[in-house]
Amino acid sequence: MSDDPIDVLIIGAGASGAAVAWSLMDTRMHIVCMEQGGVPDSGRFPSTGLDWEARRAGDHHISPNRRGWPEDYPVNDDHSPIKVANYNGVGGGTVLYAAHFPRFHPSDFRVRTLDGVADDWPVDYETLEPFFAENDRMMGVAGLAGDPAYPPGKTPPMPPIPMGRSGRRLAEAFNTLGWHWWPCDLAIATEAYDGRAPCINLGACLSGCAQGAKGSVDVTYWPHAQRGGVEMRTSCRVREIAVDENDMATGVVYFDEKGVERFQAAHVLILAANGVGTPRVLLNSVSKAFPEGLANRSGLVGKNLMFHPYAAIQGVFDDPLDGYKGAHKSILSQEFYETDPQRGFVRGYTFETSRGMGPAATVLAGLEWGEVPLGDGHHAAARKLMNRVTSLAAICEDLPEEHNRVSLDPDLVDSNGIPAPRISYTLSENSRAMLDHACEKGREIMTAAGARKVFTTSPIPMAGWHLLGTARMGTDPERSVVNEWGRSHDVRNLFIVDGSIFVTSGGVNPTSTLQAMSLYIADQIKRRLTNLFD
Amino acid sequence: MSLPASGSPFSSDECDTLRRLADRMIPASENDGLPGAGDPVIFADILQDAARVHVALKGLLTASGDETDPMDLNMADSAAARELHQIVVFCYYRDPRVMRALGMEVRPPFPQGFDVEPSDLSLLEPVRKRASIYRKVP
Repeated sequence: MSDDPIDVLIIGAGASGAAVAWSLMDTRMHIVCMEQGGVPDSGRFPSTGLDWEARRAGDHHISPNRRGWPEDYPVNDDHSPIKVANYNGVGGGTVLYAAHFPRFHPSDFRVRTLDGVADDWPVDYETLEPFFAENDRMMGVAGLAGDPAYPPGKTPPMPPIPMGRSGRRLAEAFNTLGWHWWPCDLAIATEAYDGRAPCINLGACLSGCAQGAKGSVDVTYWPHAQRGGVEMRTSCRVREIAVDENDMATGVVYFDEKGVERFQAAHVLILAANGVGTPRVLLNSVSKAFPEGLANRSGLVGKNLMFHPYAAIQGVFDDPLDGYKGAHKSILSQEFYETDPQRGFVRGYTFETSRGMGPAATVLAGLEWGEVPLGDGHHAAARKLMNRVTSLAAICEDLPEEHNRVSLDPDLVDSNGIPAPRISYTLSENSRAMLDHACEKGREIMTAAGARKVFTTSPIPMAGWHLLGTARMGTDPERSVVNEWGRSHDVRNLFIVDGSIFVTSGGVNPTSTLQAMSLYIADQIKRRLTNLFD
Repeated sequence: MSLPASGSPFSSDECDTLRRLADRMIPASENDGLPGAGDPVIFADILQDAARVHVALKGLLTASGDETDPMDLNMADSAAARELHQIVVFCYYRDPRVMRALGMEVRPPFPQGFDVEPSDLSLLEPVRKRASIYRKVP
């Protein structure tokens, strides 16, 4: 390994880092990606063993604090009702995600204009549309064209995942109520696709797909990018980005796999470390020119953190549904997505079905609900729940508020001694009203579907999958961290491509939009190569 | 009495308490042909996670103090109890006898996978008949 200057250094090998690396590879520049974790081994994913349920709640937990791998950095989320989820390795969060792949709506980019809240994005749906399509092709999305909740032209390359019994029951209920529903867009291969085998309904999307059908970027973008010459350096944890007297980034200080501190010089730096990891690196990069953290003259690095507050609505049915079999998601409803002032909140949410649970998870849920006792009566009560529970999740738009933030914890450090992130977050009144509405409407759906009992959880605590807004995009350097094509206002050779740059959160899973933005920024970089730093 | 393995953090008394507790949590059912969670094979599985189980058991015994019977399952509303319940339930419901009794095939999900009922996309007809519902932007 040489420490000579490289052309482009990408920090983070997750969804956005993979997309930007793949797009930039055709420049033939020397591109290196540094990733603090390793390459996931699908042969060791939980679904390969009988202990898959326990491992999903243990060594493959979505919380880095619960997982506690050496490459995981701790997160102090004691001051947040929503806890952070991530995966630190090649593939990033896509290794453990559900692969739900809805796009933002056109209205999501214009919330100030339409609803008088937050800010408009400096890009729009129409601009991103070709990048959405390119990303769908690269990630291998299964779905169905013609959804009336979106503008025409969205054509997933593969047919949708089977709805199963649970999807059918809920689809019939949506029809009874006269509400919108549609098969989910999912980055899951339903047929052989780009070297990936088709989905065989393992039901284990959230703990890694042993089949390789799920479109995590370690099996989609990265093989192409690496064949195209992009260099991956695993087990390299970046501590800080260094700058010179001209406010230009010069490279990174990082720890290699042996824990040795090193410096790597680079001409262009791209942060792709997610909405918590990216502000953490910036806030740890303190210098005379940037005493409050790199690229932070606006004071907004780490602020405006958005999750998606989730509500769970779980129905218990008399007849068997899918249980633990099948992709986690099947259908969605966007009946309540766009703003309706009559509802008492602005913006909206998506309902997405969440198939079912394994036997142990079913019993543990039953214990919590008081439906399954320990001791006498355990077996009969457990049997009444087995394969008879299905869920809706409501994913609610979260609006930016500066007091919701990522900062550096004064005490907590990772295994290399780097200060760890601290999350300070409260639910807004708008979010609470939206969650309440979702629980009420979710009960209506479950009842219409024939559920004999309905249980709700709001917000779901362990649901901080989406980490957004902490280095927001905009045209005004006083009110944003990066410009309209992802370049730092303060450091002209520093780019950010992950969820940090989101201006608002939308009411859908962000990966599709996040990767479309990453491809868009890569395209902007390529178009401006001759005057990139002007 | 169950004897702890060499190197186990458990004393003989703790091991016995844990086994009886597991059996009380999920008792055997002759009618259903189901073992209890204190069954030797399942109990051995529970003890695989010895350090975590030991912490949970100690927490439970401490929480129960002198006044409450740790075998009283109704008093077990503590983090330690929930942790112990989780460990016992995970081990119990992956036992081949239990899986068979529930009608499950005794195998991990991968590599065979499962069949799922195919979609009936004709259900979408009423949705297709609606006009577009996305909000137009200026």
